[in-house]
Amino acid sequence: MPAFTPWSAERATEIIASEAGREGALLPILHALQAAFGYIDRAAEPLIADALNLSRAEVHGVVTFYHDFRSEPAGKHVLRLCRAEACQAAGGDALVDHAERRLGTPIGTTTPGGDVTLEAVYCLGLCALGPSAMLDGRVVARLDAAGLDALLDEAGP
Amino acid sequence: MTLKVFVPRDAGAEAVGAGDVAAALAAAAYRRGVDIEIVRTGSRGLYWLEPLVEAETSEGRVAFGPATPVDADGILDAVVGGVGHPLTLGPVESIPWLKRQTRLTFARCGIVDPRSIGDYGRHGGWQGLSRALALGPAGTIEEVVQSGLRGRGGAGFPTGIKWRTVAAAPGPKKYIVCNADEGDSGTFADRMIMEGDPFMVIEGMIIAGIAVGAAQGYVYIRSEYPHAIAAMQAAIEAARHAGYLGEGMAESAHAFDLEVRVGAGAYVCGEETSLLESLEGKRGVVRAKPPLPAHKGLFGRPTVINNVISLATVPAILADGAERYRDLGMGRSRGTMPIQLAGNVMQGGLFETAFGVTLGELVDDIGGGTFTGRPVRAVQVGGPLGAYFPRALFDTPFDYEAFAARDGLIGHGGVVVFDDSVDMARQARFAMEFCAIESCGKCTPCRIGSTRGVETIDRIVRGEGRDEQIAVLTDLCNTLKFGSLCALGGFTPYPVMSALTHFPEDFGAAPERLDAAE
Repeated sequence: MPAFTPWSAERATEIIASEAGREGALLPILHALQAAFGYIDRAAEPLIADALNLSRAEVHGVVTFYHDFRSEPAGKHVLRLCRAEACQAAGGDALVDHAERRLGTPIGTTTPGGDVTLEAVYCLGLCALGPSAMLDGRVVARLDAAGLDALLDEAGP
Repeated sequence: MTLKVFVPRDAGAEAVGAGDVAAALAAAAYRRGVDIEIVRTGSRGLYWLEPLVEAETSEGRVAFGPATPVDADGILDAVVGGVGHPLTLGPVESIPWLKRQTRLTFARCGIVDPRSIGDYGRHGGWQGLSRALALGPAGTIEEVVQSGLRGRGGAGFPTGIKWRTVAAAPGPKKYIVCNADEGDSGTFADRMIMEGDPFMVIEGMIIAGIAVGAAQGYVYIRSEYPHAIAAMQAAIEAARHAGYLGEGMAESAHAFDLEVRVGAGAYVCGEETSLLESLEGKRGVVRAKPPLPAHKGLFGRPTVINNVISLATVPAILADGAERYRDLGMGRSRGTMPIQLAGNVMQGGLFETAFGVTLGELVDDIGGGTFTGRPVRAVQVGGPLGAYFPRALFDTPFDYEAFAARDGLIGHGGVVVFDDSVDMARQARFAMEFCAIESCGKCTPCRIGSTRGVETIDRIVRGEGRDEQIAVLTDLCNTLKFGSLCALGGFTPYPVMSALTHFPEDFGAAPERLDAAE
């Protein structure tokens, strides 16, 4: 489980400055900010716009276009279940139903206590071993309901 | 003597516990006082046998799988003590599934240590680059043209022609972009190569750079592939350190450098112009063509943008000569294709073979039918934008034109198998739903048509004016097919219409049509 720094404009400015000299720097900047803080704080957008000579609207447009970038922190754990065809063929939909019941929250949301964010992912490239999932960056394949329960128990929420 | 054992570090193998198996083997060897070296390789692509452990013996490498941590002691007994073990698969190279393949692009994958540039050189690496330097830019491009290599990302455009166009385009700055945004469900060939043989991708990009006169390359990898990102970054670092990247690389007069860029979860960025926008730091919105990326690509410069497998195949083509590659295959589909068997399949994995193998051979014979043991009902070939084929079309040979003639596509070579529990109306609905989620929003047919498609399929399934609604859906699919800017909107009709055409009974068809379909 990654440890994130609380939002700090000062730290964000440093991160932006360290990446701003690259060609097409916006995505690397956004990845670096999310790696540091766990999400892209709205307050980062004008800082980026200034550094890259873009409008705030352009930066906001990019932040919101990509599924990866979060506008608020995720839960303590992030469980991503593959919902694409190869995992559908191997029983992925039933696994999603099970995860939603067990966590008591629909896919695309975080449990009320903030323990687990449950997300859909469209393909982890483990398509011969479906259904597959990713828990906090760790990949797991050939997952069934019991395996998912064990994984969540181990994570501790 | 040191016992050499190989355990994949491939994401697929890791996902079923390869890391734990490697740790258990190390611990078991320590307990016995056996001197062990564990090499973390890529995967051989026989995923139902992962984690596949290999040990070096006097008879070559022998395999055990699928292994779990508790098998560690038994495997060591078998290797060191010559005792039998239930997971023994014998010499790896004689496993029939591997033996019947023609591995050109995947020749080293699963064999070498992907973190070792020395291993790459010892297994035939850099020979393509040497030949490219000897041939010069024009000769190199000619060789790629002669090989008949077509883009493996899905569009199948001749790679050599693309290179020739970029080489001829004027301009002081050009780029090589490797499209590693492998978002199609059922495909993992790019991931496997990046994790198992990353130096080959680098070598292919260097060759492309020399051929067209580009000094900078980018590998755009999707964020869902953290293992591939790490492997490519480590390999680029090692290649730079060894003098294969940078000024005067490979002791030549050329300069070429490379950088990994990470995507951010947008499927549409696998489309080449959208990927270029994303690399430029913009929303991944598709560009209208022309201008072609070959003329105005990244930052408006002439750009070669190729799929991972296309670039990774170039070193083998140059090393062995265009003829050897061109002599394989059928029709206009030359060489080999890394086919990926996925979904509900008994023996899933990567099967590289010359074009021409039939879909039926792939699914029933090589794939061994379904994992669930139920009958195969449908297979989707070519990712989320590929058609669903019923058993009746299993005689279709794996070939760009043969699939196109049957209203399908081979795309990036993914084959997803479904058993008879599949609801094809639901799959058709998902295709439209996925298009709606992933649409970049630039063109109307894709942005709005996909949502209308979901609604129309819902009405058909509920039986609300079925025939009329089918006419609406057919018309809508035509609009998407001919009116969209890129393959996302343009190809979403393939899964939808193929499901409707081949499996009408799932859309509430009258019983007589059910009989006709079977």
